Amino acid sequence: MARPGTVPLLRQQTGYQAKIFFRTPIAAFFTLIFPLMLLFLFGALFGTGEIPELGITFVQFFTPALAVFSAANATFSNIGVGTAYQRDEGILKRVRGTPLPAWIFMGGKIVASTLIAAMSVVLMMGVGVLVYGIEVYPRTLPAATVTFLVGTACFASLGLLVAAVSPTGNAATAITNATLLPLAFLSGLFIPITDSSPAWLTTVADIFPLSYFHEAFAAAFLPGTTGTQFDWGSLGYMALWGVVALLLGIRWFKWEKPVSSGRRAKVKTQS
Amino acid sequence: MPAIEIRGLTKSYGEVEAVRGIDLTVEEGEVFALLGPNGAGKTTTVEILEGHRTSTSGEVTVLGHDPARGEIEFQDRVGIVLQETSVEAELTVREALTIYGGAYSKRLEPQRLVEIVGLNEKVDARIGTLSGGQKRRLELALGIVGDPDLIFLDEPTTGFDPSARREAWSVIDNLRSLGKTILLTTHYMDEAQNLSDRVAVIANGLIVAEGTPETLGGRELSASKASFATPAGVSVPFDHAIEGDRIVVELTDPARQLHEVTGWALEAGVDLDDLSVSRPSLEDVYLALTEDT
Ligand SMILES: Nc1ncnc2c1ncn2[C@@H]1O[C@H](COP(=O)(O)OP(=O)(O)O)[C@@H](O)[C@H]1O
Ligand SMILES: [Mg+2]
Repeated sequence: MARPGTVPLLRQQTGYQAKIFFRTPIAAFFTLIFPLMLLFLFGALFGTGEIPELGITFVQFFTPALAVFSAANATFSNIGVGTAYQRDEGILKRVRGTPLPAWIFMGGKIVASTLIAAMSVVLMMGVGVLVYGIEVYPRTLPAATVTFLVGTACFASLGLLVAAVSPTGNAATAITNATLLPLAFLSGLFIPITDSSPAWLTTVADIFPLSYFHEAFAAAFLPGTTGTQFDWGSLGYMALWGVVALLLGIRWFKWEKPVSSGRRAKVKTQS
Repeated sequence: MPAIEIRGLTKSYGEVEAVRGIDLTVEEGEVFALLGPNGAGKTTTVEILEGHRTSTSGEVTVLGHDPARGEIEFQDRVGIVLQETSVEAELTVREALTIYGGAYSKRLEPQRLVEIVGLNEKVDARIGTLSGGQKRRLELALGIVGDPDLIFLDEPTTGFDPSARREAWSVIDNLRSLGKTILLTTHYMDEAQNLSDRVAVIANGLIVAEGTPETLGGRELSASKASFATPAGVSVPFDHAIEGDRIVVELTDPARQLHEVTGWALEAGVDLDDLSVSRPSLEDVYLALTEDT
């Protein structure tokens, strides 16, 4: 019997990662339900009124912004935190001892979280259309899709990087929370950034890829445009971040817990 | 070709010399126990053989491969049960066995695996609901999911109660009857004695004795002892030692010495109360070997 091929293995790994996700209620809640709750909250607070500085309605602004937040969260947090906890539990070490190629294991995580991200985005946009009547345009959907793919690939790579540099699962949780949430505010995902916002906000936000993800994705849902709304500059910037994060993540990745935090202490108390 | 060959293996963690020069050969089909107290260097040695750690110096060959290279062909043929590990609590036993078996060229079916390790009733249970002993049996099953030629078991029964240990032993006996080469580590004397064809005693990073459970430490050469309760009011005419309230005779020439003892007893009218003749137990040998290291 020969070893199974790459495609069936990747499919199996993807299914396995998705299964674990959906059987971890807290992860499923924060990825799929929590962003929707934000949409309902913002919808109740601001309704379908117009943001004067931007000339679009609040819901037309918030729905794609929250979709971007969901997609980033689904990839960045789930890969970063999930992988670091698997290392804590010795699961990564077990995997490394099997003939499963490392890249297929990580590939399964990336594909699964991209599919989950797609689900959360479709859910968000669907609720936006059905409940708040936001506008979508067939003309810009290719740009929205490509932006989604580049953005999630970028944040999946950043998740891998977080997993690589976090000594423990708890550290990974702290790192993702301390980066994604503040960046989401800075990048105008929760509060629209207008000309009257302080300039430093934009300066800082524009270093990181989240504001580009937002800008490129939101461009596809801006009323009154006529083109395909591809934002190549933002896509290129995200791709650059993604590639650098991926290379560093692979380089620094560890399959075993560092000795100082757990193993050595355990060995000592045993003897 | 032997399944495992180790020549001059050393491993240091900074200042700590965990393994200080080990030579070992494990033949195909053998069940080999690495026996030693905590901190002796068992896990370090085994994980170097598994490819999880790299050596400081020396040569290891496992199934013809250098394990440090992490070749897929090598990983395909070995099964690993780590000392400390866990399995995804969210999966069922069957799912975990299917997924972890996925990448091997040979696979044992989940149904077959749960029969071998005795988890039949739990095959569709979530792993999070299993008891500690059941989880360890699942780990054994995961270790053989790829129908390996060589199995590493690092302290497979540590923390088990006596009945769970017996069950695990019968699982390992099942593996032996499948013709697998097994390298196991343990700090339980009786486990090494019950399971293995050969034992190496490791202490402080060195092999201090090697042999079958029967011959370990030259036990077949070491003297048996006869002992009996010290009789009142008679003198003992032959060489002896006094241990507590007992007379102890080291039997270097058993037939002649026992004849002497019983002849004297008949003559002097001594009952030889509580007479016993015993060889040192493997436990005694083990304690003697590891105590001064
Ligand atoms: N990763 C490590 N880093 C530093 N020291 C270690 C590490 N692993 C083991 N040691 C030390 O090496 C020695 C041997 O440990 P180990 O191989 O785990 O022994 P055993 O498995 O026989 O209990 C111990 O002194 C232990 O503290
Ligand atoms: Mg150990």
